[in-house]
Amino acid sequence: MAAPAAMIPYFGQQMSSKNDLVPDWTRQEVSTGTTIMAVEYDGGVVIGADSRTTTGAYIANRVTDKLTPIHDRIFCCRSGSAADTQAIADVVTYHLNVHSGVIELDEPPLVETAANLFRASCYRYREELTAGILVAGWGGVSFKKILNPVAVGGSGSTYIYGFMDSNYKPGLNKDQCLELTAAALSLAMERDGSSGGVVRLATISEEGVERRVILGNQLPKFSSH
Amino acid sequence: MATLAVTRPPFGGFSFENCKRNAVIEGEVNKVGCSLPAARKTGTTICGVIFKDGVVLGADTRATEGMVVADKNCSKIHYISPNIYCCGAGTAADTEMTTQIISSNLELHSLSTGRLPRVATANRMLKQMLFRYQGYIGAALVLGGVDCNGPHLYSIYPHGSTDKLPYVTMGSGSLAAMAVFEDRYKPDMEEEDAKRLVRDAIAAGIFNDLGSGSNIDLCVITKSKVDYIRPHDEVNKKGIRETLMFRRLSFPEYIFMKHMGKAFQMVTVIIQDEEQLFMCVELHST
Repeated sequence: MAAPAAMIPYFGQQMSSKNDLVPDWTRQEVSTGTTIMAVEYDGGVVIGADSRTTTGAYIANRVTDKLTPIHDRIFCCRSGSAADTQAIADVVTYHLNVHSGVIELDEPPLVETAANLFRASCYRYREELTAGILVAGWGGVSFKKILNPVAVGGSGSTYIYGFMDSNYKPGLNKDQCLELTAAALSLAMERDGSSGGVVRLATISEEGVERRVILGNQLPKFSSH
Repeated sequence: MATLAVTRPPFGGFSFENCKRNAVIEGEVNKVGCSLPAARKTGTTICGVIFKDGVVLGADTRATEGMVVADKNCSKIHYISPNIYCCGAGTAADTEMTTQIISSNLELHSLSTGRLPRVATANRMLKQMLFRYQGYIGAALVLGGVDCNGPHLYSIYPHGSTDKLPYVTMGSGSLAAMAVFEDRYKPDMEEEDAKRLVRDAIAAGIFNDLGSGSNIDLCVITKSKVDYIRPHDEVNKKGIRETLMFRRLSFPEYIFMKHMGKAFQMVTVIIQDEEQLFMCVELHST
């Protein structure tokens, strides 16, 4: 007796979910809808992210910190499934600390090492994971030239490609980068439903990491309506 | 080189072998007009708040099985360690077993380190376990406690993501509870204010969400003590049934008896006609 295709349960949901008092969004996976950005300048890199985490239509956390430290001067910006990105970030932090940082190397790890560790995890489990990660940092002498000084990611990034193309010029200094990032993130948060909250910025350079938060009412305003 | 089709030996994780069979059974059963028994879920409102000296956790006490209340007074605040407690929403069995497993592992870990366990340790153990099971363990938790670094509060979702926040709510009634928190939360509250805030948040969930109900349990954790207050507030006490009886002794005497639980009052009335009788019944039944 063959079961018709319609009967096979969809593993993403609970089996008998009819007549349930528990609403849908309690069963949805937590995702960081997100807009994330990284801009390189001479001497360091500026990274930024919004702060909204959603489960379906409900905002589970409106002050999320999506700029996760992997090492002293290496950060990653997380977008996609919150659980998947948190788990991958924890694994890479462990690897960098235990294998590269403490046991094998005397100097701080390269940003490329961190990026390759991320790539290994993401590629190996690419069928099971939903993760988009930007890795940025200041990591000693590097023999590979950075291909792209600007990177954007997340669902809100689609709204700011045009803005980035027209407003980014090579040779910006740190403050100009910060302004550009803040402006781009505000524009994306304005238009993307899954991005919002506050803007979190971080500047990573040889001196260290400088973190900043721009609250909702202090964001740069663009439209008059 | 050809390989034979060999049945793989079972290894860790869930076995989904019977899902197809269960789906067929469900279809057959639905055709007859019945439904399969549903797993008991705690519809639930749970929440936690950090105040000046510690953490207050709150929960309702209703456990539902489909549309029926399975347990009117279940305990949703679980012990993890002497300084850490965890509220659980979602599938009742999952929250119960997950918190027990982590509590036991944390005790072993604490004996090994020789120190009081930290809330961050419990959080990491819980999130790694839930992530390993990819969301199939339906446990949404509010973890709170006080350790050497102060009070901490985490919300943990079934897929394994966690958020560290000053106030959190989970469960089907979380929107109602969060509305109360967003209105009245202030940093560095006093203990009584925090207890009142949590009590009001859970009450909002109880009265506005069908999956939450019965009483309010609180757990106040500070550096020096833990107050497990169960129940803190019985907002849904079962009423006392009143029955009114009357007997005719001898015309025109009637005896009226009102039962209220264990007590009853009796009164004898002289009645002339039917209209007076009806009026008397109305009077005594209020």
